[in-house]
Amino acid sequence: MSIGWAAFTPWSALAGGALIGLAAALFALVNGRVAGISGLLGSLLQPQGEGRDEKMALLLGLLLAPLLWATFAALPPVHFGTGSLGLIAAGLLVGIGTRYGSGCTSGHGVCGVSRLSPRSLVATLCFMAAGFATVFVLRHLLRG
Amino acid sequence: MARLSAFACGVLFGLGLLLAGMADPAKVLAFLDLAGDWDPSLALVMAGAVGVAALPLNLAPRRARALLGGAMQLPTRRDLDARLITGNLLFGVGWGIAGICPGPALAILLTGHWQAALFVAAMLAGMLIFTALEGRRGR
Repeated sequence: MSIGWAAFTPWSALAGGALIGLAAALFALVNGRVAGISGLLGSLLQPQGEGRDEKMALLLGLLLAPLLWATFAALPPVHFGTGSLGLIAAGLLVGIGTRYGSGCTSGHGVCGVSRLSPRSLVATLCFMAAGFATVFVLRHLLRG
Repeated sequence: MARLSAFACGVLFGLGLLLAGMADPAKVLAFLDLAGDWDPSLALVMAGAVGVAALPLNLAPRRARALLGGAMQLPTRRDLDARLITGNLLFGVGWGIAGICPGPALAILLTGHWQAALFVAAMLAGMLIFTALEGRRGR
């Protein structure tokens, strides 16, 4: 393993993480809910359910955040290294997997790990391990 | 009021993702690439988020009601099951293919990249497939 120091951005990573943690903390204390994006999205796709307007409001804020950012500063770059087929396969896996696994990076990785929930700790280990393994296979085994 | 607070949380969340670099799939993949030029930044994103959220998220379940008066809707399950594990393994494979998870997918949806729209459409389709399979199972 070698560390790519040139790409390492410790301060913006910590500060951005702190904002994410603040959002999760406020949503739990003020609204009494978990800021898990896949859970919120998935529950809005079901025909009925409670709290739809609050869930929709959080997702709307998330969607509009880059527009607010762009009024003050240039948006950070977004690079995709994946073609259409890869994006479709990845999207399907993320959609199905997060619903079967009851959460994603935000619900399990941030909120659940913060509470030391055993389910979320196991979930986070699983998606991290699968992510590391997948990148290893795609970048190093298949592309040699 | 609850809607306004939820909206503000969403904006904060999105700004945090953008600032952290999580909205750039290439940066996420550089974190997941342990055998390449590893970029450890995302470990610090997690550390920053958990560091800020740990105390409030552990206090929240002790409250009877949320600050705005609504019922607490925090998860209480503690059991491990096969669905949790297979679901998260599948999610991790998808995350490793494209470097995009649900939060960043939404945070970059309106930035004008067709790739983000395609990913979100496939992700919503995946969630609908889950709902359809569950509906069949429940009948």
